[in-house]
Amino acid sequence: MAHLATLILLLPLAGFLIVLLNGGRMSERAIGAVGTSAVGLSFVATVATFVSLLHHREREVTVHLFTWISTGTLRVPAALLVDPLAITMALFVTGISTLIHLYSIGYMHGERDFRKFFLYLNLFVFSMLTLVLADNLLMTFVGWEGVGVCSYWLVSYYFDRDSAATAGKKAFIYNRVGDVGLMTAMFLLFTHLHTLTYLTVFNRAGTLSPTVATLTVLALLLAATGKSAQIPLFNWLPDAMEGPTPVSALIHAATMVTAGVYLLVRMGPILALSSSGRATIAVVGGVTAFVAATIATAQKDIKKVLAFSTVSQIGYMVLAVGSGAYSAAIFLMVAHAFFKALLFLGSGSVIHALSGEQDMRKMGGLARFLPLTFPTFLIGWLAISGIPPFAGFWAKGDVLTNAYAYSKPLWLLGVITAILTGYYMSRLFVLTFRGTERFREVTHGHDPHESPWVMTLPLVVLATLSVLGGVIDLPWIHHNSLAGFLDPTLGYLPSHGVTSTAAQYTLAGVDIVAAVLGLLAAFSIWRSRVSSDTWEKPFFERVWRWDDAYDAVLGRPLTALAVVGERVVEPRIVDGAVVAVAGGVRRSAEGLRKVQSGFVRHYALATVLGLAVVVVYLVARVG
Amino acid sequence: MHSSVWLTLLILVPAIGALLAAAARRREGAAFAVGVTTAVVELVLAIVVTVLYNPHVANAGTFDFVGRWVLAAPFGLAYDVGIDGISVFLVLLSAIVLPLALLGARDRRREPAFVGWLLLLTSATVASFVARDLLMFFLAFELTLVPSYFLVAQWGGPQRARAALKFFVYTFAGSAFLFVGMLYVAFAHQHATGGALSFSYAVLQGTVLPRSTQVWLFLAFAAAFAVKSPIWPFHTWSPVTYAEAPTAGSMELSALLAKLGSYGLLRFAVGLFPLGLADLRPWLATLAVIGILYGSALAAVTPDLKRVVAYSSLAQMGFVTLGVVTGSKIAMVGAVLLMFNHGVITAGLFLVIGFIERRRGTATIADLRGLQGPAPVLAALFTVVMLASIGLPGLSGFVSEFLVLLGAFATHPWWALVATLGVVLAALYLLWAYQRVFHGRATGPNESVADATHAERWVLAPIVVLVVVLGVFPKPVIDRITPSVQQLIVHVAPAGVSK
Repeated sequence: MAHLATLILLLPLAGFLIVLLNGGRMSERAIGAVGTSAVGLSFVATVATFVSLLHHREREVTVHLFTWISTGTLRVPAALLVDPLAITMALFVTGISTLIHLYSIGYMHGERDFRKFFLYLNLFVFSMLTLVLADNLLMTFVGWEGVGVCSYWLVSYYFDRDSAATAGKKAFIYNRVGDVGLMTAMFLLFTHLHTLTYLTVFNRAGTLSPTVATLTVLALLLAATGKSAQIPLFNWLPDAMEGPTPVSALIHAATMVTAGVYLLVRMGPILALSSSGRATIAVVGGVTAFVAATIATAQKDIKKVLAFSTVSQIGYMVLAVGSGAYSAAIFLMVAHAFFKALLFLGSGSVIHALSGEQDMRKMGGLARFLPLTFPTFLIGWLAISGIPPFAGFWAKGDVLTNAYAYSKPLWLLGVITAILTGYYMSRLFVLTFRGTERFREVTHGHDPHESPWVMTLPLVVLATLSVLGGVIDLPWIHHNSLAGFLDPTLGYLPSHGVTSTAAQYTLAGVDIVAAVLGLLAAFSIWRSRVSSDTWEKPFFERVWRWDDAYDAVLGRPLTALAVVGERVVEPRIVDGAVVAVAGGVRRSAEGLRKVQSGFVRHYALATVLGLAVVVVYLVARVG
Repeated sequence: MHSSVWLTLLILVPAIGALLAAAARRREGAAFAVGVTTAVVELVLAIVVTVLYNPHVANAGTFDFVGRWVLAAPFGLAYDVGIDGISVFLVLLSAIVLPLALLGARDRRREPAFVGWLLLLTSATVASFVARDLLMFFLAFELTLVPSYFLVAQWGGPQRARAALKFFVYTFAGSAFLFVGMLYVAFAHQHATGGALSFSYAVLQGTVLPRSTQVWLFLAFAAAFAVKSPIWPFHTWSPVTYAEAPTAGSMELSALLAKLGSYGLLRFAVGLFPLGLADLRPWLATLAVIGILYGSALAAVTPDLKRVVAYSSLAQMGFVTLGVVTGSKIAMVGAVLLMFNHGVITAGLFLVIGFIERRRGTATIADLRGLQGPAPVLAALFTVVMLASIGLPGLSGFVSEFLVLLGAFATHPWWALVATLGVVLAALYLLWAYQRVFHGRATGPNESVADATHAERWVLAPIVVLVVVLGVFPKPVIDRITPSVQQLIVHVAPAGVSK
C-alpha cells in the first residue's frame, strides 16, 4: 500500500516532468495524452489504495518518504498519511481532475500555450494531492501554497490581458493573507506541542490551554477563509474567473477552494478544544453562504454566478464544520465537486459554442442547439438547487439538519440561502437555455454547435455522478457509508444526536419547499425578462461594495504610506540623518578638508596609514 | 580534521588569478579566460571543502581545516583560519557567485581590470569568512571595500561616482567603530591575563567582560555589521549602490558583502558579547522587523527593478537579523541557511535583471511591459527565482524563512507575527513588479525583446537547480549548520539563549 500511495502522488509529477522536459518536441495530442493519463493512472492508484485500505486493519497508515527538515526539536519528514479522510479527498480530486484534463484537450485546442496549460494542470494535481496526503502541517502547507501558485499561473493564463494578470495576483495575495493564519497556527502548535505531525499533534492536543486552542482555531479559520474564499477574504474568487473555464471548474470550484474546509476537518481534534472557535467558524460559514448567494442573484456573467455560488456552497461546508458535522462537510464537498464541476464545464461548453461570450443577456434558447450540454446542465442545476433525488439534496440536507441541531438562527440563514440558491441557479438556467435566442449577433447568425466528445463525455460522467452521488451517504445508512468510513478519523466530536426521524423528515420537507420556492420565483420573474433593475440590485452586483471598501480602507492608504516612505521618509529623514551627520563631521573637521578629496586611493592610503599608526602604537605599547 | 591548505588555496587562487588577469592585457579575452579558469578552480575547491567538511568537529567545540601561523607575535598579528558549519556555506556561496557573475554579467570594457577586481573581491570575501582571528577578519573585511568600490565607480551607471563614494564612506565609517571595539577587546584580554596580545577568536571568546562593557562593544561591532548587512536604518547606501553598480557588482554586493555583515554579527558580536546581545535583543529584533516592513513597503513603490531587489534585500536581511538575535537554535539555523539561500536567490534576480537591462538598456519598471510574450523562457526563469524569494514552499527561500519565524516565535511571538506579514508583502511587491514588467501586451521596443539565449539559460540553470534542490532536500546543509549553531549557543547560553 505504501508504494501505491506514493504512486498517487508521483504520477502527476511524472506527467509534469515529461511535458516540461520534452514538451517542445511533443504534439498537442501527445501532451494532452500524457497529462490526462498521468492523472488518470493516479486515480487508478487511488482506487487501489482505497480498496487496500478497506481491507487493512489499521485505518491510518503513515508512509515515510524522506527527512525534509530536521534541526533542534523540529522534525518534519516528507511523509504521507493515508487514512479515510485523505483517501476520500484523493479519490474525488484525481477522479474529477482526470475528467477535466480530458475536457481541456478539447477546450484548449489551438491555444498559444497549450503545453504550459497542461504543465500547470499536472503540477496543480500534484500539489493538491500533497496537500491532502501530507502527514504533517508543514507538508500540507507545501501543497497549500503549491496549488496557490498554480492557481496564480492559470488565472493569469491570458497574461497579456491586464484584468487576467491583476486577477491572478489578487488571488495569490489574498491567499497569502490566509497563509499567515496557517503559519501562525503552526507556530502556536509547535511552540506548545513541539511537533507538526498530525497524529502526534492530536495525541498531545489535550495539553493545550483553552486560549492557545482558540487562537489556533482562529488562525486555521483565517487560513481557510483565504483558500476557500470565505468572508473576509472571499472576493478574489470571482476575479479568478479570468482563467480558462476548465481551471474554474477544477481549481476554483471542485478542488482547491475546498482545501480550507479540508484543513479544518483535518484539524478536527483541535477544533474540538474550542467551542468559541467553532462558533466563529459556523457564523463565518453561514454568513458567507448567505452573502454570496445574494450577490449571485445579480450577476450577469454566467461564470460569476457560478463563482459566487461556489463561495456560497463552501459557506455551507464551513457552517457544517462549525456545527461539528465534519462528515456532512465532506459529503457536501464531494457532491459539490460533482455538480459544480459539471455546471462549470457545461458553462464552458456554452461559452465555447458562443465563441467566448459569457454575458447571459446574449444567450437564451440554447437548449435546442446543445443536445448533450443542455440535459447534463439541467441535472447540475437541479442538483445544486436541492431537488431530490439528486446529490445536492442529500448533502445540503445533511448540513442543514446538523445546523438545526447546532443553532436555529444559523439553520434559518441556511434555509434562506437555499431559497436564494434555487432562485439564482434557475435564473441562470432560464437566461441561458430558455427564452428568446439572443446570441445571433455573437455567432454572426450561425447556429451554435455542440462541443466535441472529449468535452461532452466528462459532462455525461459528472451528470451521472450528480444524480447518484447521494448514495455515498444516504441518511438511513449512515453507519455503512461515507460518514461511517470517515468516522475513525473524524469521530472526535460527540454528535449532537439530533433529531428524531420525524424531525428529519420535516427538515427535509422544509429543504424541498425552499428549493421549489426559489425555482418558482426565478421562473416567474426571468421567463420574460433579460435584465431588471428591481431584481438585480446594484449593491449585490457590486459585491456588497467589498472591493471598494478594501481599496478605500487598506489599498489606497497603505500605497500612499509606502509612497511617502519612498519619496519623503527615505531621502529626507533616514538618509537625511546620515547626510547631516556626515556634513557635521565634515564641518567640524574643516581643517582636514583636503582629506575629503573623494578619491578612493586617498581613502585607501588613509586606511593603510591608519593601520600603520595603530601598529606603531601597539609596538610602542608592547615594547 | 583536514588541512588548512585547502582554505589557503581558496584565498590564494583568486588572488593570483586577479594578478594574472590584470596582467593579461595583450590579447582580447585573455583576462576573461583567466577569470573563468580561476573561478572554476575556486568552485571545485569550495565544493571539495564543503563535502569534506566534518560537522562532528563542531561537537568537539572546534573548527575544521584549522591552521594558525603567528606572523608578528608582539602585535598579535596572525594568519588564523578554519571553517565551521556557519562559514562553510558562505565560502561555497562566494565560489558559486563568482563564475555566475563572470559568465552572466560579462563586461568587456577594460576587461582585465574588471576581472581582476572581481577575483580580488572573492579572495577578500573568502578570507573574511575563514578568518578565526579578529585582526585578520578586519583586514580582509576592509579589503573587500576597495574592489567593490572600483567595480561600482568604474563600471556603474550614470550616478556611479556618487553611489560608490557613499558606499565607501558609509561602510568605512562603520568599520571605524569595529576597529576601536576590536582593539579594546584585545587589550582588555591582555590586561586580564597578562599574556601576549592576541586577536584570536578562540582566545577572546574566553574573556569575561562586564555586562555594560559588552553592551558597548556589541554596539561598536554592530555598527560596522549593520551598515554592511544592511540593518534598518543604516541601509541608505544600498539602494543607490545596488542600482548603480554593474550587474556583477550588484550580485557580489547583495549576495556576499551583505552576508559579511550578518555573518560578522553572528560570529563576532553575538559570539564574543553574549551579555551585550541579551540587553540589546529587543532593540535589534525591533530594527529587524522594521527593516522587513519598511523594505517591503518601499520595494512595492520604488520605480526601478534593481531598487526593488535592493529593498527586498533589506527585508530579507531583516529576517536574517531576526534569526540571529532572537537566539533560539531553530531561528539561528534558519538565519544561516537564509544567508546562503538569499545569496543564491538575489544573485539570480540581479542576473535576470541584468539580462533585461542588456536588451532594453534600462531597469526602470515604467519602460518595461509584456516581456513574457516575446521572452517566455526569460520570464519563466525569473518566475522561479522570484517564487523562491517570495518563500514558496518547495523552493529554498521558504525553508530558511520558516525556520527563522518558527524559532523566533518561541521567544518573541509578537515580533515573529509582525515579521510574518513580510511574507504577504514579499508576494505583493514581487508579483506586482512581475506583472508590470512581464504581463500585459508588449509594445514598442518591448515587443522585439529576444528570449534568453542558450548561454543565459545555462548561467541561470545552477541557480534554478539550487533553489529547487535546497527547497526539497535541504538536509545535507542543515545537518552541517546545526552542530555549529549548537556550539555557538552553548557558549552564548548564559545570556538566556535557549533550545
